[in-house]
Amino acid sequence: MDIKLEQRMEEAKLEARVYFDHAATTAPRPEVIETVTGVLNESFGNPSSFYKEGHQAARLLEESRASIAQGLDVLPEEVFFTSSGTEADNWAIKGVAQAREGRGRHLITTKVEHHAVLHTMEALEKQGFEVTYLEVDRFGLVDPLDVKKAIRPDTILVSVMMANNEIGTVMPIKAIGTICREANVLFHSDAVQALGAIPVLPRELNADLMSFSGHKLYAPKGIGVLYKRKGLRIDRLLDGGAQERRQRGGTENVAFAKAFSTAFELALMDMAEESTRQIALRDRMIKGVIEAVPHTKLNGHPEKRLPNNANFSFEFIEGESILLLLDALGYACSSGSACTSASLDPSHVLLSIGMPAEIAHGSLRVTIGRETTEKEIDRFLIDLPLVISRLRDMSPLFADHMRGKLDALIPFEGGIDVKIEGGYAL
Amino acid sequence: MEYSEKVLDHFMKPRNMGEIPDATASGTVGNPICGDIMKMDLKIVDNVIVDAKFKTFGCGSAIATSSMATELIIGKTTDEALDITNQAVAEALDGLPKVKMHCSVLAEQAVKKALEQFYLENDMMTPERQIKFGILSEEHDH
Repeated sequence: MDIKLEQRMEEAKLEARVYFDHAATTAPRPEVIETVTGVLNESFGNPSSFYKEGHQAARLLEESRASIAQGLDVLPEEVFFTSSGTEADNWAIKGVAQAREGRGRHLITTKVEHHAVLHTMEALEKQGFEVTYLEVDRFGLVDPLDVKKAIRPDTILVSVMMANNEIGTVMPIKAIGTICREANVLFHSDAVQALGAIPVLPRELNADLMSFSGHKLYAPKGIGVLYKRKGLRIDRLLDGGAQERRQRGGTENVAFAKAFSTAFELALMDMAEESTRQIALRDRMIKGVIEAVPHTKLNGHPEKRLPNNANFSFEFIEGESILLLLDALGYACSSGSACTSASLDPSHVLLSIGMPAEIAHGSLRVTIGRETTEKEIDRFLIDLPLVISRLRDMSPLFADHMRGKLDALIPFEGGIDVKIEGGYAL
Repeated sequence: MEYSEKVLDHFMKPRNMGEIPDATASGTVGNPICGDIMKMDLKIVDNVIVDAKFKTFGCGSAIATSSMATELIIGKTTDEALDITNQAVAEALDGLPKVKMHCSVLAEQAVKKALEQFYLENDMMTPERQIKFGILSEEHDH
Protein backbone atom coordinates (compact mmCIF):
# COMPACT_ATOMS: atom_id res chain seq x y z
CA MET A 1 0.00 0.00 0.00
CA ASP A 2 1.02 3.56 -0.61
CA ILE A 3 2.44 4.88 2.65
CA LYS A 4 2.01 8.47 1.49
CA LEU A 5 -1.74 8.07 1.11
CA GLU A 6 -2.11 6.48 4.56
CA GLN A 7 -0.07 9.32 6.01
CA ARG A 8 -2.16 11.97 4.26
CA MET A 9 -5.36 10.34 5.56
CA GLU A 10 -4.06 10.66 9.12
CA GLU A 11 -2.99 14.27 8.57
CA ALA A 12 -6.31 15.12 6.92
CA LYS A 13 -8.17 14.31 10.14
CA LEU A 14 -6.62 17.45 11.62
CA GLU A 15 -6.93 19.63 8.51
CA ALA A 16 -9.91 21.78 7.53
CA ARG A 17 -12.44 20.23 5.15
CA VAL A 18 -12.28 21.47 1.58
CA TYR A 19 -15.67 22.04 -0.04
CA PHE A 20 -15.41 21.44 -3.79
CA ASP A 21 -19.08 20.82 -4.61
CA HIS A 22 -20.50 24.29 -5.18
CA ALA A 23 -22.54 23.07 -8.15
CA ALA A 24 -24.47 20.85 -5.72
CA THR A 25 -25.09 23.58 -3.19
CA THR A 26 -23.36 26.50 -1.49
CA ALA A 27 -23.07 27.55 2.13
CA PRO A 28 -25.24 30.62 2.81
CA ARG A 29 -23.15 33.76 3.26
CA PRO A 30 -23.18 35.31 6.76
CA GLU A 31 -24.99 38.41 5.47
CA VAL A 32 -27.68 36.13 4.01
CA ILE A 33 -28.14 34.21 7.27
CA GLU A 34 -28.39 37.50 9.11
CA THR A 35 -31.09 38.67 6.70
CA VAL A 36 -33.08 35.46 7.16
CA THR A 37 -33.01 35.55 10.95
CA GLY A 38 -33.82 39.27 10.87
CA VAL A 39 -36.93 38.71 8.74
CA LEU A 40 -38.05 35.68 10.76
CA ASN A 41 -37.61 37.56 14.02
CA GLU A 42 -39.14 40.86 13.02
CA SER A 43 -41.44 40.32 10.05
CA PHE A 44 -43.23 37.01 10.42
CA GLY A 45 -46.49 38.39 9.00
CA ASN A 46 -48.37 37.00 6.01
CA PRO A 47 -47.85 39.36 3.06
CA SER A 48 -51.53 38.94 2.12
CA SER A 49 -52.81 40.14 5.52
CA PHE A 50 -54.49 43.50 5.89
CA TYR A 51 -52.74 44.94 8.89
CA LYS A 52 -49.35 46.30 9.87
CA GLU A 53 -47.49 42.96 10.17
CA GLY A 54 -48.83 41.87 6.79
CA HIS A 55 -47.97 45.15 5.11
CA GLN A 56 -44.48 44.98 6.54
CA ALA A 57 -43.93 41.46 5.15
CA ALA A 58 -45.41 42.49 1.79
CA ARG A 59 -43.06 45.45 1.65
CA LEU A 60 -40.03 43.21 2.25
CA LEU A 61 -41.20 40.78 -0.40
CA GLU A 62 -41.63 43.53 -2.97
CA GLU A 63 -38.25 44.99 -2.06
CA SER A 64 -36.68 41.61 -2.78
CA ARG A 65 -38.55 41.31 -6.05
CA ALA A 66 -37.50 44.79 -7.14
CA SER A 67 -33.89 44.11 -6.27
CA ILE A 68 -33.81 40.84 -8.21
CA ALA A 69 -35.55 42.55 -11.15
CA GLN A 70 -32.91 45.27 -11.12
CA GLY A 71 -30.12 42.69 -11.09
CA LEU A 72 -31.66 40.92 -14.07
CA ASP A 73 -32.56 44.23 -15.75
CA VAL A 74 -36.22 43.24 -15.99
CA LEU A 75 -39.45 44.55 -14.42
CA PRO A 76 -40.48 43.54 -10.89
CA GLU A 77 -43.74 42.11 -12.25
CA GLU A 78 -41.65 39.71 -14.34
CA VAL A 79 -40.11 38.09 -11.23
CA PHE A 80 -41.99 35.24 -9.52
CA PHE A 81 -40.87 33.44 -6.38
CA THR A 82 -41.03 29.64 -6.30
CA SER A 83 -39.90 26.96 -3.88
CA SER A 84 -36.94 25.86 -6.03
CA GLY A 85 -35.30 25.90 -9.41
CA THR A 86 -37.07 22.62 -10.11
CA GLU A 87 -40.45 24.22 -9.50
CA ALA A 88 -39.52 27.11 -11.79
CA ASP A 89 -38.57 24.65 -14.56
CA ASN A 90 -41.76 22.63 -14.06
CA TRP A 91 -43.91 25.74 -14.04
CA ALA A 92 -42.31 27.28 -17.14
CA ILE A 93 -42.49 24.11 -19.24
CA LYS A 94 -45.81 22.66 -18.12
CA GLY A 95 -47.32 26.14 -17.94
CA VAL A 96 -46.47 26.87 -21.58
CA ALA A 97 -47.49 23.39 -22.72
CA GLN A 98 -50.92 23.65 -21.13
CA ALA A 99 -51.55 27.25 -22.14
CA ARG A 100 -50.51 26.70 -25.76
CA GLU A 101 -51.52 23.17 -26.58
CA GLY A 102 -54.18 24.57 -28.88
CA ARG A 103 -51.37 25.97 -31.06
CA GLY A 104 -49.23 22.88 -31.03
CA ARG A 105 -47.91 20.02 -28.97
CA HIS A 106 -44.22 19.98 -29.88
CA LEU A 107 -41.35 21.03 -27.61
CA ILE A 108 -37.59 21.12 -28.15
CA THR A 109 -34.85 20.65 -25.58
CA THR A 110 -31.38 19.08 -25.34
CA LYS A 111 -30.08 15.75 -24.12
CA VAL A 112 -27.92 17.36 -21.44
CA GLU A 113 -30.54 19.27 -19.46
CA HIS A 114 -30.95 18.89 -15.72
CA HIS A 115 -33.46 16.24 -14.66
CA ALA A 116 -35.83 19.03 -13.60
CA VAL A 117 -36.24 19.77 -17.31
CA LEU A 118 -35.79 16.28 -18.78
CA HIS A 119 -38.23 14.56 -16.45
CA THR A 120 -40.75 17.38 -16.93
CA MET A 121 -40.50 16.82 -20.68
CA GLU A 122 -40.99 13.09 -20.16
CA ALA A 123 -44.09 13.78 -18.08
CA LEU A 124 -45.48 15.86 -20.96
CA GLU A 125 -44.70 13.08 -23.44
CA LYS A 126 -46.93 10.81 -21.36
CA GLN A 127 -49.68 13.37 -21.86
CA GLY A 128 -49.29 13.20 -25.62
CA PHE A 129 -46.84 16.02 -26.23
CA GLU A 130 -43.96 15.40 -28.60
CA VAL A 131 -40.42 16.35 -27.54
CA THR A 132 -37.27 16.66 -29.65
CA TYR A 133 -34.08 16.09 -27.67
CA LEU A 134 -31.19 17.80 -29.47
CA GLU A 135 -27.74 16.26 -29.59
CA VAL A 136 -24.73 18.18 -28.31
CA ASP A 137 -21.14 18.14 -29.58
CA ARG A 138 -18.20 16.58 -27.74
CA PHE A 139 -17.93 19.68 -25.53
CA GLY A 140 -21.60 19.67 -24.62
CA LEU A 141 -22.56 22.55 -26.90
CA VAL A 142 -25.82 22.58 -28.79
CA ASP A 143 -25.69 24.07 -32.29
CA PRO A 144 -28.19 26.95 -32.66
CA LEU A 145 -28.73 25.84 -36.26
CA ASP A 146 -29.96 22.48 -34.95
CA VAL A 147 -32.53 24.38 -32.91
CA LYS A 148 -33.58 26.26 -36.03
CA LYS A 149 -33.93 23.03 -38.01
CA ALA A 150 -35.95 21.36 -35.27
CA ILE A 151 -38.56 24.13 -35.06
CA ARG A 152 -41.87 23.11 -36.69
CA PRO A 153 -45.15 24.96 -37.16
CA ASP A 154 -46.51 23.16 -34.08
CA THR A 155 -43.48 23.93 -31.86
CA ILE A 156 -44.57 25.86 -28.78
CA LEU A 157 -41.42 25.95 -26.62
CA VAL A 158 -37.65 25.59 -26.79
CA SER A 159 -35.84 24.94 -23.50
CA VAL A 160 -32.05 25.04 -23.39
CA MET A 161 -30.00 25.43 -20.22
CA MET A 162 -27.64 28.37 -19.90
CA ALA A 163 -24.82 26.41 -18.27
CA ASN A 164 -24.50 22.70 -17.66
CA ASN A 165 -24.46 21.57 -14.05
CA GLU A 166 -22.11 18.64 -14.61
CA ILE A 167 -19.53 19.71 -17.17
CA GLY A 168 -19.98 23.49 -16.84
CA THR A 169 -20.38 24.15 -20.57
CA VAL A 170 -21.97 27.54 -21.26
CA MET A 171 -24.49 27.25 -24.08
CA PRO A 172 -24.93 29.77 -26.92
CA ILE A 173 -28.33 30.76 -25.60
CA LYS A 174 -28.37 34.28 -26.99
CA ALA A 175 -28.22 32.87 -30.52
CA ILE A 176 -30.87 30.29 -29.63
CA GLY A 177 -33.07 32.97 -28.09
CA THR A 178 -32.80 35.07 -31.24
CA ILE A 179 -33.73 32.12 -33.46
CA CYS A 180 -36.78 31.40 -31.28
CA ARG A 181 -37.88 35.03 -31.27
CA GLU A 182 -37.64 35.15 -35.08
CA ALA A 183 -39.59 31.90 -35.37
CA ASN A 184 -42.16 33.17 -32.87
CA VAL A 185 -41.54 30.25 -30.52
CA LEU A 186 -41.22 30.73 -26.76
CA PHE A 187 -37.77 30.22 -25.25
CA HIS A 188 -37.07 29.00 -21.71
CA SER A 189 -33.64 28.63 -20.17
CA ASP A 190 -32.68 26.90 -16.95
CA ALA A 191 -30.02 29.28 -15.63
CA VAL A 192 -29.71 27.73 -12.18
CA GLN A 193 -25.95 27.21 -12.47
CA ALA A 194 -25.29 30.49 -14.23
CA LEU A 195 -26.90 33.08 -11.95
CA GLY A 196 -24.35 34.84 -9.78
CA ALA A 197 -21.47 33.30 -11.73
CA ILE A 198 -21.79 34.94 -15.15
CA PRO A 199 -23.97 37.83 -16.42
CA VAL A 200 -27.60 36.77 -16.88
CA LEU A 201 -29.79 39.30 -18.68
CA PRO A 202 -33.03 37.70 -19.91
CA ARG A 203 -33.93 40.53 -22.31
CA GLU A 204 -30.53 40.58 -23.96
CA LEU A 205 -30.71 36.80 -24.30
CA ASN A 206 -34.18 36.97 -25.88
CA ALA A 207 -35.47 34.61 -23.22
CA ASP A 208 -39.19 34.50 -22.41
CA LEU A 209 -38.74 32.40 -19.29
CA MET A 210 -35.74 31.71 -17.08
CA SER A 211 -35.35 29.55 -13.95
CA PHE A 212 -33.08 30.31 -11.00
CA SER A 213 -32.31 28.76 -7.64
CA GLY A 214 -31.19 30.43 -4.42
CA HIS A 215 -28.94 27.78 -2.95
CA LYS A 216 -26.52 27.84 -5.87
CA LEU A 217 -25.68 31.47 -5.13
CA TYR A 218 -25.08 31.30 -1.37
CA ALA A 219 -28.75 31.63 -0.32
CA PRO A 220 -30.62 28.76 1.39
CA LYS A 221 -32.32 25.81 -0.29
CA GLY A 222 -36.08 26.17 -0.70
CA ILE A 223 -36.26 29.35 -2.79
CA GLY A 224 -36.28 29.74 -6.55
CA VAL A 225 -37.26 32.37 -9.06
CA LEU A 226 -39.00 32.24 -12.41
CA TYR A 227 -38.52 35.14 -14.78
CA LYS A 228 -41.55 35.41 -17.05
CA ARG A 229 -41.69 38.07 -19.73
CA LYS A 230 -44.43 40.63 -19.18
CA GLY A 231 -47.61 39.85 -21.08
CA LEU A 232 -46.79 36.16 -21.48
CA ARG A 233 -49.60 34.04 -20.09
CA ILE A 234 -48.89 30.50 -18.95
CA ASP A 235 -50.96 28.13 -16.84
CA ARG A 236 -50.48 27.89 -13.09
CA LEU A 237 -48.56 24.99 -11.60
CA LEU A 238 -49.81 25.60 -8.06
CA ASP A 239 -53.47 26.49 -7.69
CA GLY A 240 -54.38 28.34 -4.52
CA GLY A 241 -54.59 31.87 -3.22
CA ALA A 242 -53.98 35.14 -5.01
CA GLN A 243 -50.24 35.27 -4.29
CA GLU A 244 -47.67 36.16 -6.95
CA ARG A 245 -50.18 38.12 -9.04
CA ARG A 246 -52.62 35.18 -8.84
CA GLN A 247 -50.16 33.01 -10.72
CA ARG A 248 -48.61 30.90 -7.97
CA GLY A 249 -50.59 29.90 -4.90
CA GLY A 250 -48.95 29.50 -1.50
CA THR A 251 -47.97 31.96 1.22
CA GLU A 252 -44.73 33.58 0.14
CA ASN A 253 -41.47 32.66 1.88
CA VAL A 254 -40.52 36.24 2.67
CA ALA A 255 -37.36 35.42 4.62
CA PHE A 256 -35.95 33.29 1.82
CA ALA A 257 -37.06 35.71 -0.89
CA LYS A 258 -35.05 38.33 0.97
CA ALA A 259 -32.18 35.83 1.26
CA PHE A 260 -32.25 35.34 -2.50
CA SER A 261 -32.16 39.04 -3.28
CA THR A 262 -29.43 39.69 -0.70
CA ALA A 263 -27.29 36.86 -2.10
CA PHE A 264 -27.85 38.07 -5.65
CA GLU A 265 -26.94 41.68 -4.75
CA LEU A 266 -23.76 40.44 -3.07
CA ALA A 267 -22.87 38.26 -6.05
CA LEU A 268 -23.29 41.15 -8.49
CA MET A 269 -21.11 43.43 -6.40
CA ASP A 270 -17.87 41.66 -7.28
CA MET A 271 -18.89 39.26 -10.05
CA ALA A 272 -16.20 40.34 -12.54
CA GLU A 273 -13.32 40.10 -10.04
CA GLU A 274 -14.59 36.91 -8.45
CA SER A 275 -15.09 35.29 -11.83
CA THR A 276 -11.53 36.21 -12.90
CA ARG A 277 -10.20 34.83 -9.60
CA GLN A 278 -12.11 31.56 -9.92
CA ILE A 279 -11.12 31.09 -13.58
CA ALA A 280 -7.45 31.40 -12.55
CA LEU A 281 -7.91 28.83 -9.78
CA ARG A 282 -9.93 26.52 -12.01
CA ASP A 283 -7.33 26.61 -14.78
CA ARG A 284 -4.52 26.06 -12.27
CA MET A 285 -6.37 22.95 -11.13
CA ILE A 286 -7.14 21.67 -14.63
CA LYS A 287 -3.55 22.12 -15.78
CA GLY A 288 -2.16 20.61 -12.59
CA VAL A 289 -4.43 17.56 -12.64
CA ILE A 290 -3.82 16.74 -16.30
CA GLU A 291 -0.06 17.12 -15.85
CA ALA A 292 0.06 15.03 -12.68
CA VAL A 293 -2.27 12.19 -13.66
CA PRO A 294 -1.77 10.30 -16.94
CA HIS A 295 -4.80 9.18 -18.98
CA THR A 296 -6.96 12.06 -17.71
CA LYS A 297 -9.49 13.92 -19.79
CA LEU A 298 -11.10 17.30 -19.18
CA ASN A 299 -14.84 17.08 -19.82
CA GLY A 300 -16.74 20.06 -21.16
CA HIS A 301 -15.50 23.00 -23.17
CA PRO A 302 -11.96 24.26 -22.42
CA GLU A 303 -13.03 27.94 -22.48
CA LYS A 304 -16.81 28.18 -22.76
CA ARG A 305 -17.32 26.89 -19.24
CA LEU A 306 -18.44 28.18 -15.85
CA PRO A 307 -15.64 29.89 -13.87
CA ASN A 308 -16.00 27.37 -11.04
CA ASN A 309 -16.33 24.05 -12.88
CA ALA A 310 -13.75 21.37 -13.60
CA ASN A 311 -14.82 17.88 -14.65
CA PHE A 312 -12.38 15.06 -15.29
CA SER A 313 -12.43 11.45 -16.41
CA PHE A 314 -9.72 9.18 -15.05
CA GLU A 315 -9.34 6.01 -17.05
CA PHE A 316 -9.33 2.50 -15.48
CA ILE A 317 -11.01 3.51 -12.22
CA GLU A 318 -14.48 4.21 -10.90
CA GLY A 319 -15.81 7.53 -9.64
CA GLU A 320 -17.44 6.56 -6.36
CA SER A 321 -14.14 5.11 -5.14
CA ILE A 322 -12.47 8.41 -5.99
CA LEU A 323 -15.09 10.30 -3.96
CA LEU A 324 -14.72 8.01 -0.94
CA LEU A 325 -10.94 8.38 -0.80
CA LEU A 326 -11.14 12.13 -1.41
CA ASP A 327 -13.72 12.38 1.37
CA ALA A 328 -11.30 10.58 3.70
CA LEU A 329 -8.66 13.14 2.70
CA GLY A 330 -11.02 16.02 3.49
CA TYR A 331 -12.57 16.88 0.12
CA ALA A 332 -16.24 17.10 -0.86
CA CYS A 333 -16.59 16.46 -4.62
CA SER A 334 -19.06 14.77 -6.92
CA SER A 335 -19.06 12.21 -9.71
CA GLY A 336 -21.08 11.26 -12.75
CA SER A 337 -20.47 7.64 -11.88
CA ALA A 338 -23.42 5.28 -11.87
CA CYS A 339 -22.55 4.18 -8.39
CA THR A 340 -23.23 7.59 -6.89
CA SER A 341 -26.70 7.71 -8.36
CA ALA A 342 -29.64 5.58 -7.34
CA SER A 343 -30.19 4.61 -10.97
CA LEU A 344 -26.89 2.77 -11.54
CA ASP A 345 -26.61 4.45 -14.93
CA PRO A 346 -23.68 6.72 -15.66
CA SER A 347 -24.34 10.41 -16.22
CA HIS A 348 -26.58 11.16 -19.22
CA VAL A 349 -24.49 14.27 -19.83
CA LEU A 350 -21.20 12.38 -20.15
CA LEU A 351 -22.82 9.79 -22.40
CA SER A 352 -24.32 12.59 -24.53
CA ILE A 353 -20.91 14.16 -25.18
CA GLY A 354 -19.93 10.81 -26.68
CA MET A 355 -17.99 9.35 -23.79
CA PRO A 356 -17.82 5.56 -23.62
CA ALA A 357 -19.62 4.24 -20.52
CA GLU A 358 -16.46 2.62 -19.14
CA ILE A 359 -14.84 6.07 -18.90
CA ALA A 360 -17.98 7.91 -17.82
CA HIS A 361 -17.89 5.79 -14.65
CA GLY A 362 -14.52 7.29 -13.73
CA SER A 363 -15.54 10.93 -13.70
CA LEU A 364 -14.98 13.57 -11.05
CA ARG A 365 -16.63 16.98 -10.80
CA VAL A 366 -14.81 19.64 -8.81
CA THR A 367 -16.70 22.90 -8.40
CA ILE A 368 -14.96 25.68 -6.52
CA GLY A 369 -16.52 28.75 -4.90
CA ARG A 370 -16.01 32.05 -3.15
CA GLU A 371 -14.22 30.46 -0.19
CA THR A 372 -11.80 28.46 -2.37
CA THR A 373 -8.15 29.41 -1.94
CA GLU A 374 -5.04 28.73 -3.98
CA LYS A 375 -3.75 26.75 -1.01
CA GLU A 376 -6.70 24.39 -1.26
CA ILE A 377 -6.07 23.85 -4.97
CA ASP A 378 -2.39 23.11 -4.33
CA ARG A 379 -3.24 20.69 -1.50
CA PHE A 380 -5.67 18.96 -3.86
CA LEU A 381 -2.99 18.68 -6.54
CA ILE A 382 -0.87 16.71 -4.04
CA ASP A 383 -3.66 14.48 -2.77
CA LEU A 384 -5.58 13.64 -5.95
CA PRO A 385 -2.69 11.82 -7.70
CA LEU A 386 -2.28 9.64 -4.58
CA VAL A 387 -5.95 8.69 -4.76
CA ILE A 388 -5.84 7.91 -8.46
CA SER A 389 -2.71 5.80 -8.24
CA ARG A 390 -4.07 3.84 -5.25
CA LEU A 391 -7.20 2.97 -7.23
CA ARG A 392 -5.27 2.17 -10.39
CA ASP A 393 -3.06 -0.19 -8.37
CA MET A 394 -6.25 -2.02 -7.45
CA SER A 395 -7.70 -2.01 -10.95
CA PRO A 396 -7.49 -5.16 -13.09
CA LEU A 397 -8.04 -2.94 -16.13
CA PHE A 398 -4.97 -0.87 -15.33
CA ALA A 399 -2.97 -4.07 -14.76
CA ASP A 400 -4.04 -5.31 -18.20
CA HIS A 401 -3.15 -1.95 -19.70
CA MET A 402 0.32 -2.04 -18.15
CA ARG A 403 0.84 -5.51 -19.59
CA GLY A 404 -0.06 -4.21 -23.02
CA LYS A 405 -3.29 -6.21 -23.12
CA LEU A 406 -5.63 -3.25 -23.08
CA ASP A 407 -5.44 -0.02 -25.08
CA ALA A 408 -6.15 3.23 -23.28
CA LEU A 409 -9.08 5.27 -24.55
CA ILE A 410 -7.62 8.50 -23.14
CA PRO A 411 -4.09 9.30 -24.35
CA PHE A 412 -1.28 9.17 -21.75
CA GLU A 413 -0.77 12.93 -21.84
CA GLY A 414 -4.51 13.51 -21.44
CA GLY A 415 -6.32 16.66 -22.54
CA ILE A 416 -9.68 16.99 -24.20
CA ASP A 417 -9.65 13.98 -26.50
CA VAL A 418 -10.87 10.44 -26.12
CA LYS A 419 -10.80 7.51 -28.50
CA ILE A 420 -14.43 6.79 -29.21
CA GLU A 421 -13.94 3.75 -31.41
CA GLY A 422 -13.21 0.39 -29.91
CA GLY A 423 -13.71 0.39 -26.19
CA TYR A 424 -12.60 -2.43 -23.98
CA ALA A 425 -12.97 -5.79 -25.64
CA LEU A 426 -12.80 -8.32 -22.84
CA MET B 1 -26.63 6.37 1.15
CA GLU B 2 -23.97 5.72 3.73
CA TYR B 3 -21.61 2.77 4.14
CA SER B 4 -21.02 0.86 7.36
CA GLU B 5 -17.70 1.45 9.10
CA LYS B 6 -16.63 -2.03 8.19
CA VAL B 7 -17.23 -1.42 4.49
CA LEU B 8 -15.20 1.78 4.68
CA ASP B 9 -12.44 0.01 6.59
CA HIS B 10 -12.14 -2.73 3.96
CA PHE B 11 -12.32 -0.11 1.21
CA MET B 12 -9.62 2.12 2.73
CA LYS B 13 -7.40 -0.75 3.84
CA PRO B 14 -8.16 -3.60 1.45
CA ARG B 15 -6.96 -7.03 2.57
CA ASN B 16 -5.24 -9.32 0.09
CA MET B 17 -5.20 -6.83 -2.77
CA GLY B 18 -2.95 -7.86 -5.63
CA GLU B 19 -2.27 -10.82 -7.84
CA ILE B 20 -0.87 -14.34 -7.33
CA PRO B 21 1.62 -14.93 -10.15
CA ASP B 22 1.42 -18.74 -9.82
CA ALA B 23 -2.28 -18.89 -9.02
CA THR B 24 -3.92 -22.30 -9.14
CA ALA B 25 -7.07 -20.74 -10.56
CA SER B 26 -8.45 -17.30 -11.23
CA GLY B 27 -11.78 -15.80 -12.17
CA THR B 28 -12.70 -12.45 -13.71
CA VAL B 29 -16.30 -11.26 -13.68
CA GLY B 30 -18.15 -8.03 -14.37
CA ASN B 31 -18.20 -5.57 -17.20
CA PRO B 32 -16.42 -2.22 -17.61
CA ILE B 33 -19.54 -0.74 -19.20
CA CYS B 34 -21.45 -1.44 -15.98
CA GLY B 35 -18.56 0.03 -14.04
CA ASP B 36 -17.27 -3.00 -12.17
CA ILE B 37 -14.80 -5.81 -12.81
CA MET B 38 -13.43 -8.19 -10.23
CA LYS B 39 -10.49 -10.55 -10.65
CA MET B 40 -9.88 -13.22 -8.04
CA ASP B 41 -6.69 -15.32 -7.89
CA LEU B 42 -6.63 -18.46 -5.74
CA LYS B 43 -3.74 -20.60 -4.55
CA ILE B 44 -5.10 -24.04 -3.74
CA VAL B 45 -3.10 -26.80 -2.02
CA ASP B 46 -4.73 -30.14 -1.19
CA ASN B 47 -8.16 -28.68 -1.88
CA VAL B 48 -7.53 -25.91 0.64
CA ILE B 49 -7.44 -22.24 -0.38
CA VAL B 50 -4.12 -21.18 1.09
CA ASP B 51 -4.08 -17.75 -0.49
CA ALA B 52 -6.44 -15.44 -2.35
CA LYS B 53 -5.82 -12.06 -3.91
CA PHE B 54 -8.08 -9.67 -5.79
CA LYS B 55 -8.01 -6.72 -8.12
CA THR B 56 -11.19 -4.71 -8.57
CA PHE B 57 -12.33 -1.85 -10.79
CA GLY B 58 -15.44 -0.55 -9.14
CA CYS B 59 -17.13 1.40 -6.41
CA GLY B 60 -16.42 1.31 -2.69
CA SER B 61 -18.67 -1.65 -2.01
CA ALA B 62 -17.20 -3.64 -4.92
CA ILE B 63 -13.72 -3.18 -3.45
CA ALA B 64 -14.87 -3.87 0.13
CA THR B 65 -16.74 -7.05 -0.84
CA SER B 66 -13.71 -8.29 -2.79
CA SER B 67 -11.53 -7.73 0.26
CA MET B 68 -13.99 -9.41 2.63
CA ALA B 69 -14.52 -12.36 0.28
CA THR B 70 -10.78 -13.12 0.31
CA GLU B 71 -10.78 -13.09 4.13
CA LEU B 72 -13.74 -15.44 4.24
CA ILE B 73 -12.28 -18.04 1.87
CA ILE B 74 -8.62 -18.18 2.90
CA GLY B 75 -8.06 -21.35 4.96
CA LYS B 76 -11.30 -22.93 3.77
CA THR B 77 -11.54 -26.02 1.62
CA THR B 78 -12.77 -25.39 -1.90
CA ASP B 79 -16.09 -27.02 -1.05
CA GLU B 80 -16.52 -24.81 2.03
CA ALA B 81 -15.71 -21.75 -0.09
CA LEU B 82 -18.31 -22.87 -2.60
CA ASP B 83 -20.98 -22.50 0.10
CA ILE B 84 -20.12 -18.87 0.87
CA THR B 85 -22.94 -16.75 -0.49
CA ASN B 86 -23.10 -13.08 -1.34
CA GLN B 87 -25.39 -12.60 1.69
CA ALA B 88 -22.62 -13.97 3.90
CA VAL B 89 -20.12 -11.51 2.41
CA ALA B 90 -22.56 -8.61 2.88
CA GLU B 91 -23.36 -9.68 6.45
CA ALA B 92 -19.68 -9.92 7.32
CA LEU B 93 -19.45 -6.26 6.27
CA ASP B 94 -22.37 -5.32 8.58
CA GLY B 95 -24.63 -4.97 5.57
CA LEU B 96 -24.58 -3.05 2.30
CA PRO B 97 -26.95 -0.35 1.04
CA LYS B 98 -29.76 -1.97 -0.93
CA VAL B 99 -28.65 -0.55 -4.30
CA LYS B 100 -25.19 -2.02 -3.68
CA MET B 101 -26.19 -5.63 -3.10
CA HIS B 102 -25.28 -6.49 -6.69
CA CYS B 103 -21.64 -5.77 -5.80
CA SER B 104 -21.69 -8.62 -3.29
CA VAL B 105 -23.07 -10.89 -6.03
CA LEU B 106 -20.02 -9.99 -8.07
CA ALA B 107 -17.70 -11.11 -5.24
CA GLU B 108 -19.46 -14.47 -4.98
CA GLN B 109 -19.30 -14.82 -8.76
CA ALA B 110 -15.57 -14.06 -8.88
CA VAL B 111 -14.78 -16.73 -6.28
CA LYS B 112 -17.00 -19.25 -8.04
CA LYS B 113 -15.53 -18.49 -11.44
CA ALA B 114 -12.08 -19.35 -10.08
CA LEU B 115 -13.39 -22.46 -8.31
CA GLU B 116 -15.13 -23.59 -11.49
CA GLN B 117 -11.82 -23.42 -13.32
CA PHE B 118 -10.17 -25.40 -10.51
CA TYR B 119 -12.79 -28.17 -10.50
CA LEU B 120 -12.90 -28.45 -14.27
CA GLU B 121 -9.13 -28.55 -14.68
CA ASN B 122 -8.79 -31.19 -12.00
CA ASP B 123 -11.70 -33.24 -13.25
CA MET B 124 -13.52 -32.71 -9.96
CA MET B 125 -16.75 -31.17 -11.25
CA THR B 126 -19.52 -33.39 -9.89
CA PRO B 127 -23.26 -32.81 -10.36
CA GLU B 128 -23.52 -31.82 -6.66
CA ARG B 129 -20.88 -29.18 -7.17
CA GLN B 130 -22.18 -28.11 -10.58
CA ILE B 131 -25.51 -27.13 -9.03
CA LYS B 132 -23.78 -24.51 -6.88
CA PHE B 133 -22.48 -22.58 -9.89
CA GLY B 134 -25.92 -21.35 -10.91
CA ILE B 135 -25.03 -17.79 -9.88
CA LEU B 136 -22.48 -17.58 -12.70
CA SER B 137 -25.19 -17.67 -15.32
CA GLU B 138 -27.32 -15.04 -13.57
CA GLU B 139 -27.69 -11.80 -15.44
CA HIS B 140 -25.72 -8.90 -14.09
CA ASP B 141 -28.56 -6.69 -12.96
CA HIS B 142 -27.54 -3.41 -14.59
